[in-house]
Amino acid sequence: MSTITFEKVSKLYYGQKVVHALDDVSLTVDEGEFVALLGPSGCGKSTLLNLLAGFETISEGRLLFDGKVVSHPGPDRGVVFQDAALFPWLSVWENVIFGPRVQGLRRADYEERARKLLKVVGLEAFAEALPVQLSGGMRQRVGIARVLTMNPRALLMDEPFGALDAQTRLSMQQLLLDVWQSLGTTVLFVTHDIDEAILLSDRVCVMSARPGRIARTIPIKLARPRSIASLTGADFTAYKAGIMADIKVAEHH
Amino acid sequence: MSMSTEHVSSVSTTGRGSAAPRPGLSLVAGRGIKRGVLAVALPIAVIVIWQVAGQGGSLFGGVLPTPDRVWKAWVIWAFGPSGGFNAYSGTWLANLLFSAERVTKGFLSAIVVGVPVGLAIGWNRIASGALDPTIQLLRPIPITAWLPFSIAIFGIQDVGAIFLIALGAFYPIVVNSAQGARDVERNLIRAALMMGAGRWTVLRRVVLPASLPSIFTGLRIGLGIAWTAVIVAEMVAVKSGLGYVLWDAYYVGRMDVVIADMISIGLLGFLSDFIIVQIERWVLTWRRLQSFQAA
Repeated sequence: MSTITFEKVSKLYYGQKVVHALDDVSLTVDEGEFVALLGPSGCGKSTLLNLLAGFETISEGRLLFDGKVVSHPGPDRGVVFQDAALFPWLSVWENVIFGPRVQGLRRADYEERARKLLKVVGLEAFAEALPVQLSGGMRQRVGIARVLTMNPRALLMDEPFGALDAQTRLSMQQLLLDVWQSLGTTVLFVTHDIDEAILLSDRVCVMSARPGRIARTIPIKLARPRSIASLTGADFTAYKAGIMADIKVAEHH
Repeated sequence: MSMSTEHVSSVSTTGRGSAAPRPGLSLVAGRGIKRGVLAVALPIAVIVIWQVAGQGGSLFGGVLPTPDRVWKAWVIWAFGPSGGFNAYSGTWLANLLFSAERVTKGFLSAIVVGVPVGLAIGWNRIASGALDPTIQLLRPIPITAWLPFSIAIFGIQDVGAIFLIALGAFYPIVVNSAQGARDVERNLIRAALMMGAGRWTVLRRVVLPASLPSIFTGLRIGLGIAWTAVIVAEMVAVKSGLGYVLWDAYYVGRMDVVIADMISIGLLGFLSDFIIVQIERWVLTWRRLQSFQAA
């Protein structure tokens, strides 16, 4: 059974003029699958993610998560924001356990998992630090740890590494590969970085803008487990060339 | 004129910038002393000129007493024996405490009402629609205009003064709290909802802390207004406190006491603002680190 189902979903914004952000988008993501949404800014890829997160409501069509209609945000869909969106007044540790705490879970039920995840993202020494004292990459590690603490059914990642420098981005991609390869959570990953989309995902959905549509879907059959070393392989380059050609077509569309 | 202002500001900016990479302790102390000297230079100059100019006893036709006479009057007012010929002797502390108590009561009432109402206005569309127009309509009425109303309702009593103080401090607190709640980053609220927080939890754990910097701005402005309000109220609506002494001393021609009273009010206002700023620094450590990072 598929975890995520978009069925002919459209999204319109009614402002001074009507903006057709998404037009007739259909997409299914299976349990444990890693799907990347790739496209230029303004193509509606973030809108797609926000709809699934429950931050916004669809205008037409049907949107299901785990077979149920999406109506509200919830801890079953862990969202990782581009700017990390940590609470600046809480320490790293308090940020990481925010979810289970506000859900009223018992301390014993989440502390061990939270501590383990803080270690996985390499920040156990920074538990007491405030977000402002961390670098951008470290903040994003906290952002990832805090959603994983909730043990979500899916991760929705909105250009999570887009604001990081190239080197930090590589190490974050490696971290995400490692984490995903051990947890196997379903991931919907929004990016405008072609390399990143190919490296991480099982499937790349290339989107076109105005109105936002999925122009093409390319399965990525690179062997798993992958690492950032995969970026230099011949298969990788072939995928990249193909996708770049697709983007050109999508632009002229 | 504008040239010199620009020059001064650019000097202070570079001074702060170079302080960032942890200067030596002696350097910090030296700079502190320098700043202290700079700060007291103007008041000292004013006092000296005032003293010299008033020596002949002719300043404004003899109405304005010289600083040494103000100081003497102050000492008697503060430490003199009470119950004697001088009605003010030894009553300084009691009157100061009367005023401070009224400000405290009024200001705390303003916080208790103003912060929740402000957050509600900033956070909830219905609360905003129901409350904000009324508050904006009442806000332009100066607290001084409320005096007759207050005296008519509460009489010559503490409640009237406290009502005026609370009302005066309420407006900046409510407006700034509302602004703070409106300005909360959308992604922070989304993050909390995504992690399973209900609306009430979001309000308490996200909107309130995120609004605190703005709330503290409101508190500082409100406290300033509270001191204005207590003096006005005491001049008219009660028979004790620094405001009452101020007006009473003026009536009996004791300008030395009037000036000592004015300075007392100024010092109290300064002190109470200092306390708020210290609390703010303590509560908003994260914020301080943030602006340091940005600088």
